Amino acid sequence: MSEARMSLPVARGFGETTRRDKWWVTPLVVFLGLSAFIVYSTWAAFQGKHYTHGPYLSPFYSPELWGESPHAWFGPRPSWWPGWLIFSPALLILWMPGGLRVTCYYYRGAYYKAFWADPPSCAVGEPRKSYWGENKWPLLIQNIHRYFLYIAIVFIFLLAHDAWKAMWFTDPVTRSTSFGIGLGTLVLTVNVALLGGFTFGCHAFRHLIGGKLDQLSTAKIRKPLYDCSSCLNRSHMAWAWISLFWVAFSDVYVRLCSMGIWKDWRII
Amino acid sequence: MSSTDTQIMITLRIWRGDANGGKFEDYRTPVAEGMVVLDAVHRVQAEQANDMAVRWNCKAGKCGSCSAEINGKPGLMCMTQLTHLPLDEPITIEPMRAFPRVKDLVTDVSWNYRVKKRIKPFKPRKPDASDGTWRMGQADVDRVQEFRKCIECFLCQDVCHVLRDHHLHEEFIGPRFLVHIAALEMHPLDTEDRLPELKEANGIGYCNITKCCTKVCPEHITITDNAIIPLKERVVDEYYDPLTRLWRLVWPKKNPNDV
Repeated sequence: MSEARMSLPVARGFGETTRRDKWWVTPLVVFLGLSAFIVYSTWAAFQGKHYTHGPYLSPFYSPELWGESPHAWFGPRPSWWPGWLIFSPALLILWMPGGLRVTCYYYRGAYYKAFWADPPSCAVGEPRKSYWGENKWPLLIQNIHRYFLYIAIVFIFLLAHDAWKAMWFTDPVTRSTSFGIGLGTLVLTVNVALLGGFTFGCHAFRHLIGGKLDQLSTAKIRKPLYDCSSCLNRSHMAWAWISLFWVAFSDVYVRLCSMGIWKDWRII
Repeated sequence: MSSTDTQIMITLRIWRGDANGGKFEDYRTPVAEGMVVLDAVHRVQAEQANDMAVRWNCKAGKCGSCSAEINGKPGLMCMTQLTHLPLDEPITIEPMRAFPRVKDLVTDVSWNYRVKKRIKPFKPRKPDASDGTWRMGQADVDRVQEFRKCIECFLCQDVCHVLRDHHLHEEFIGPRFLVHIAALEMHPLDTEDRLPELKEANGIGYCNITKCCTKVCPEHITITDNAIIPLKERVVDEYYDPLTRLWRLVWPKKNPNDV
C-alpha cells in the first residue's frame, strides 16, 4: 500500500473544530467528576480513622486486613510495618478496585479524552502530533484489566458480607447482637448492588463468561450469563458513574456517622 | 418552518477546493420543511454552483455515498434533517478529513477498499451434513448480524482520531474494518485465525476506545462495545494473558473443523 503518500488535509490544532455544539462540556464534567473522586478518596484513605460506625465499615477500608477496629481480620497494625511509612488500612487495598476502574474500557476512553485530550472530543483537534495508543508501553499495561476484574469479583463478595454484617447491631449495654436495618445498612447494600452491576457488566467479564465463544448458543450455562452481562454492559457508563458516586457516598455516610455529625437512622 | 409551503432562506457554508487547497464559500438558498442537507446542497448545485462536486446515490441512508462533515460532525447529508440544525447561522459542510480530497465534498476513499483486500476472507468449517450444509444457532448468527448492517459510509473511519488526526493509515485499519473482522472472527462457522494480523498489521492497539465511531454510525452499530473491545479481549487471550496461555497448554483449543 502507498498510504504514506496519501495527501491528507493538515491535522487541526488543539481544540480546533467546526463543531457548533458545546463539545467541551462532557470532557469537562468527566474531568471534574473523576478529579473530585480521586481527591476525596485519597484524602479519605490517608485519614485512617472514622471508617467504622457500629456494624458499618466504609467500603474504602474493606477488607480491613490490619487496623484498630473490630472489623480487622488480623488485628492491629503489624509490628513489621516500617515506622516511617504512613499506615492506613485503606492504602493496603484501595489499589485493587482502583485498578479495575483505571483499566476499565469505559474509563479509559473517558479519561483519555478528559485528562489527556487524545482527542479532547470527537472531531476536535489534538495537542500532540505523536500517538501510539495502547499499542506500546506504557499503555500496553491496560491489558491487565481482567486480572483486576478477578480481584474485584472477590471484593463484591467481601462487600456483600459487609452489608450482611451491617444488619447485626450490638446493644451497647447488654452486648447482645440482634438483627436490624439502619439507613447505613441500606447505603452499604445499595453500594454492593451498584458495584456488582458495574463489575458484572465489565467488558472483560462479558468476554470471559461467554463472549469469547463463537458457538455460544450451545453453552447452556454461559449463554444466559453472557446475556445478563451484555444487558448490564449496555449501560456500563451509567453503572460506572453511579457506583463511583455511591461508593464515595458510602464512605461519607459512615465517616459522618462515626464523627457524630450525622445520626444513623434505625429503620428496624 | 411551519408548513411545507413555507420557505426560509438559510446559508450553507460549503468547502470548495481540491487536493491542493480550498476555502469555505457561502451560499444563500431557500429551504422548506422536510428537506435534508443533501436537498439543500443539490439546490445550490443546480441554481448557483453547477461545478460543485458532491457524491450521492440513494438518498435513503443505505448507499453510504454522501458522507461529509456537517457543522463539524461526520454524518450522511441525506439523513441529516435541516430542522435538526440551527438555521439562523451558516451551516458548515465540508468533506471528510481522514481521506484525500478530490474536489469540493468528494474524497478518495479507495484506501478502504485496499485495506479490505488484506483481510483474510471467510473460511467455513467442513459441512455438518452430507448434503454440504451447515447448522448454526440462531443466537450465534444474530450476534454477527449487527456488523453486517454496515453500509461502508466510512464515517467511523473519518471520525477516528488515529486516522483523522494522526494519519496512521499504514498501521491501523480503522473501526470499519475492525467491525468487518469481528463479523468474520465471531462467525460460528469461520475457522480462520486473524488475531496475529489484528495485533500487528491491523494495529488494534491503536484504538483508545473514544467511542466516536459508535456515535457517528448511521446504522447504529455498537462498534466499540460489540466489535472492537471483544476483539481486543481476544488479542489479550492470545498474547497478553499468561493464565489463558497456561490453560491452553493443559486444555488446547479445539480444531474448529472438529466442532
